[in-house]
Amino acid sequence: MSTTPSGPPVISAQQLSKHYGDFRAVDGISFDVPAGESFGLLGPNGAGKSTTMRMIGGVSQRTSGRLTIMGLDPEEHGPEVRAHLGVVPQQDNLDEELRVRDNLLVYGRYFGLPMSYLRPKADELLEFAQLTDKATAKVDALSGGMKRRLTIARSLINEPKILLLDEPTTGLDPQARHILWDRLFRLKESGVTLILTTHYMDEAEQLCDRLVVVDKGRIMAEGSPAQLIRDHSTREVLELRFGSERNTTVAAELQGIGERLEPLPDRVLIYADDGEAALEQVTSRGLRPITSLVRRSSLEDVFLRLTGRSLVD
Amino acid sequence: MSAQLTARDYALSGSKRPLAALYSRNAKAVIARGLLATRSSNWLIMVSGFFEPVLYLVSMGVGLGALVGTVAGPNGEQISYAAYIAPALLAVSAMNGAVYDSTWNVFFKMNFAKLYQGMLYTSLGPLDVAIGEIFLALLRGAMYATGFTAVMAVMGLVTTPVALLVIPASVVIAFGFASFGMGITSYMKTFQQMEWINFVMLPMFLFSATFYPLSVYPQGLQWFIQALPLWHGVELLRQISIASFTPAAVLHLCYFLVMIVVGMLLTTLRLRKLFLR
Repeated sequence: MSTTPSGPPVISAQQLSKHYGDFRAVDGISFDVPAGESFGLLGPNGAGKSTTMRMIGGVSQRTSGRLTIMGLDPEEHGPEVRAHLGVVPQQDNLDEELRVRDNLLVYGRYFGLPMSYLRPKADELLEFAQLTDKATAKVDALSGGMKRRLTIARSLINEPKILLLDEPTTGLDPQARHILWDRLFRLKESGVTLILTTHYMDEAEQLCDRLVVVDKGRIMAEGSPAQLIRDHSTREVLELRFGSERNTTVAAELQGIGERLEPLPDRVLIYADDGEAALEQVTSRGLRPITSLVRRSSLEDVFLRLTGRSLVD
Repeated sequence: MSAQLTARDYALSGSKRPLAALYSRNAKAVIARGLLATRSSNWLIMVSGFFEPVLYLVSMGVGLGALVGTVAGPNGEQISYAAYIAPALLAVSAMNGAVYDSTWNVFFKMNFAKLYQGMLYTSLGPLDVAIGEIFLALLRGAMYATGFTAVMAVMGLVTTPVALLVIPASVVIAFGFASFGMGITSYMKTFQQMEWINFVMLPMFLFSATFYPLSVYPQGLQWFIQALPLWHGVELLRQISIASFTPAAVLHLCYFLVMIVVGMLLTTLRLRKLFLR
């Protein structure tokens, strides 16, 4: 990582809430993001991540709380704030009536940018998104991954200082994900502040300096990925499968091994600092799992610990 | 990409301009997008919208007109039935086009095509989008009106150069409906609610002195229809089309000017409800 963040926070939320009738999509969350940080919102679908993103972009009105982006309230200064924002929404909302390159040019016009700037910029971004040979194609002729890349390229047309990415790699194949992560990393190095939501723990671990775990509109925990794992989980995890019939019944016989036991429908998780040692204890009790796996703790385990539910449902 | 950003790049001043939250003075970008999209994909829909009033004019004006003969114009003069209904059909087409563009079209782009969602994540404010869409609706209305007037000329229904003023007048009528339509759409949440718009428009089309004079109705019903906007549009265009004016023409025009002002006010006040839910 390059620079240590300094100065006032570029995004500051205090007791931010959004209610739809009785439903509390976002229920009093507070966080600060300094300039240049890569900040993540980790949580399952429906946790309130996208709603929070929409409020930051000033396209959804908050019910209560305070929110400033670069010192301004996005509800009072929406156009001015968004001039410096790049947004990748969860669902691609490309302009299906325009061709690929026109999507970039027209989007740039929305920012009031001149064509003399936009023409070379659009070509540069097509290159970035590996879509140069699709420049005159229709949007609905693109594959899902191509559309995603175009959406991301489009979000960079105004050289944003803050990039909002809502589930950026959902639907991308592994190779495309790694390319995207590399591009995001380079943007971060140039000082761009990244705000991203994800329900992929590996993505959060790769990209985020700091993250909040969100569930049901509330923040459950906050910290760097390593710190969260340290605070809320053990170093290693032993995964055992006894077959779906026996996982829960066998859990009783595993009591006392490791620090904590988590019986799930398809497997039993044993949290222990030494996974191999825990496995030896299991076999010494005469239990024979169908498969066993020792792995490092991940944010998935943190989430499971904090909410009692798994991230991907 | 760009040079290294520093903390100073992250400080914004905050504009004090009125409506800064809703408007970035860039409606022209929305208009440019609309023109580009029309050019590349939906010109066919545009053309079909033009033919509807023409078909009415041919079938009713020529067909029914043969049975009806002549009818009394604004100042009692006898005119052909086709000349009687042609300006009324033009007013109806201005209304239909403007209402469709400002209600169904906006509703669809908002909720299904997610077009505005993308636009509103840029520097554009909802007022830029509203002004841009209304302008496009009026441009389309002006093109239809020009085409329809040409058809009227071919049918021998344009007898005075004054009649050409029906084109700007229909744009004024369309503006009145479009400004209101967008405000009304902000209250709509489902397709079922949107259907109510058609439920209001169809009887207004049939009963606003479009095909026969208002005098056939009892007094109470006449007052009711005279309160509705389409009747004023029909009367205004009818008088212009044969350059036969009554003092009421001023009233008809003022009706639409007030409708535009009130409609734009309503739409502006409802912009957050319409676009920033």
